[in-house]
Amino acid sequence: MPFLHLKAVSKGFDSLRGRTEVLKDINLEIERGEFVAIVGYSGAGKTTLINLIAGLTRPDSGQITLNDLEIEAPGPDRGMVFQNYSLLPWLSVYENVRLAVDQLFPNWSESKKHQHTEVNIARVNLTQATQKKPGELSGGMRQRVSLARALSMDPQILLLDEPLGALDALTQATMQDEISRIWQESNKTVVLITNDVDEGIYLADRIIPLSSGPAATLGPSIPIDIPRPRNRKLLSFDPAFKKARQQVIEFLLESNKHRPTSITRKMTLPDIEPEDLSQPRPMIGGRKTPIRKREMHRETIETGM
Amino acid sequence: MKERGFKLDWLLLPCLGSIAVLLLWWLSSNTWSKELPDPMKTWNSSKIYVLEPFAKRGELDQGILRFTVLSLSLVLKGYVIALILGTPLGFCIGLSKTFAKAFDPLCQVLRPVSPLAWLPLGMVLFLGAGKNASELAAVFTIAICSMWPTVLNTAAGVRAIPQDYLNVAKVLKLSRSQTLRKVLLPAALPYMFTGFRLSLGIAWLVIVAAEMLTGRPGVGGFLWQEYNALIYEHIILCILTIGIVGFVLDRLMSLVENRLKFA
Repeated sequence: MPFLHLKAVSKGFDSLRGRTEVLKDINLEIERGEFVAIVGYSGAGKTTLINLIAGLTRPDSGQITLNDLEIEAPGPDRGMVFQNYSLLPWLSVYENVRLAVDQLFPNWSESKKHQHTEVNIARVNLTQATQKKPGELSGGMRQRVSLARALSMDPQILLLDEPLGALDALTQATMQDEISRIWQESNKTVVLITNDVDEGIYLADRIIPLSSGPAATLGPSIPIDIPRPRNRKLLSFDPAFKKARQQVIEFLLESNKHRPTSITRKMTLPDIEPEDLSQPRPMIGGRKTPIRKREMHRETIETGM
Repeated sequence: MKERGFKLDWLLLPCLGSIAVLLLWWLSSNTWSKELPDPMKTWNSSKIYVLEPFAKRGELDQGILRFTVLSLSLVLKGYVIALILGTPLGFCIGLSKTFAKAFDPLCQVLRPVSPLAWLPLGMVLFLGAGKNASELAAVFTIAICSMWPTVLNTAAGVRAIPQDYLNVAKVLKLSRSQTLRKVLLPAALPYMFTGFRLSLGIAWLVIVAAEMLTGRPGVGGFLWQEYNALIYEHIILCILTIGIVGFVLDRLMSLVENRLKFA
C-alpha cells in the first residue's frame, strides 16, 4: 500500500453560476520518504488539492488515506506550510512554534519542550530572530517560521502549499536550498504545490502536472533522475532536467488548449432619454434630470481555440 | 529656521484657538446675553471648587475633583457591567450566523435610544430596591447605553479574523476553549479595545443625564443643582470638567489600544 493514497477524488464548489467542478478523478500514490511536486496554473485547484490532503476540506467523492487511515479532519500528523505563512501576529517566533509544541507534546517536561522549540527554530536558521514578532520579519523569514512550526509537530508528511510564491526570486532560491537541505536531513515525505516548474524539478523526486481547471486532473507522473545534492547552476544543462521540464510544460500547455474558455460578464447599460431642449427649463430648483432606465445585459465571449 | 519655528505648533495653536473662543465668550456675555457670566466672573466664582478640589462642604457643595471621583465611580460600575455583558454577546454575534440574525436587529434598534429614555425604565425596574433605586437605575442606564459599541466592535473583530488563523487552530487540533483563548481572543482584541474606548466615551456622556435626573451628587448633579440655584458660573465649570475628564479618559484608552495593534 502506498503511504499517501488518493483514489478517484473529486471536489466541486457551488458558485453563483451553478456548480463548478474543481478537481475531477484525482489519483495519486506517494511512498514514504518521497518528495513529490505538483505543478499547475494558478487557479487550477492546487490549493484545493492540498486542503483535501490536509483535511481542511472534504472530497465530494473518492477516498484519501494516509498510512491506510482515511483522512477525515485536519490533524498535526500532516504539517502544513501555508501560502501566506499563517503565523499568529501577536506571538513571537518562539511562541508561534511553541504553541504547536505545547499542543502536540503536552506530556513533555518544560525543558524538553523548550529545547525542541529551539532546535526547530535553529533548523531554519532563525535563532537570532527568536523573540521577534512576525510583523518585524521579511517574507522569507516568516515562511521559515511557518516551516519550523510544521517541523516541530514532527508530522508524518509535510504539505507545502506554494510556500515560496510570495517571495522574490533571490529569496526563493535560498529557501529552495533550505527546503532541500531540511528534507534530506529529516527524510520526511513531502508534497510541494507550486506553479514554478523549475522549482518543482529542482526539489522533487517526482513531478506531476495538474491540468488547468475546471475539472482539473493530474497528468502523468514524471520521475526526475538527477542525483542529489543537485547543483542549481548546472541543472539547466542537465538532459534529465530538460526532458522533465519539456514533458511538464507540454502537458500543461496541451491541457490548457482544449479548455473551452469563455468570459461571461454582467453589464449595466445606462439608457438615457435625450432631453428636449425646446422645452422651457425651470430656473429655480435646478435642472430637470433626464430620465434614465437601466438595462442589465449579459454577454458571453468564447475565447476557445 | 522654519522647522524650529513650527516646533511649538502643538502648544501655540491650541492656545490661540482657546483665546479666540474666550474672546467670543466675553463678547457674548457683554452684548447680547447679559445673563451669561463672563470668563473672569466664572473663574472668580469657581476658583474655590478648583483650588480646593477635594473639599466637602455639603452633599451638593464639594470640590470639583471630589465630584469627578463620585461620577467616575458610578460610570465605572456601569461600564464594567457593559463590558461583562457586551463582550460575550459580541463574540456570539460574531461567531454564529444564527445568533447574529436573532440579535443583530435588536441591537440596532436599541442602540440609538437616548439615556434619557432608559433612565425612567431603570427607575421602574429597580422600584423595589428602595433607597438604592436611583443608583441602580443610573448604573443600569450607563450599562445599557454604553454596551453597544463593545458588542458591535467585538462582533466585527471576530468576523474579521482571517481563515488562516482558524486553519492553524484546526491543524493543531486546538480544543474549543483553547481556540477561543489562544486564537480568537487575541485576534479580535484590537477591535474589542476600540469598542471599549467608544463605550467608555458614551458611559461618561450618559453620567450627566443620569445624575441630573436622579439628583445624585457628582459633576452632573452639581451642574443641575447650580442651574436651579441660578449660579450659572458653575455650569460652565462643570461643562469644562466633563470635557477634560472625557478627553483624558479617551487618551488613556487609546494609549492602551495602540499598544495592542500588531502589524
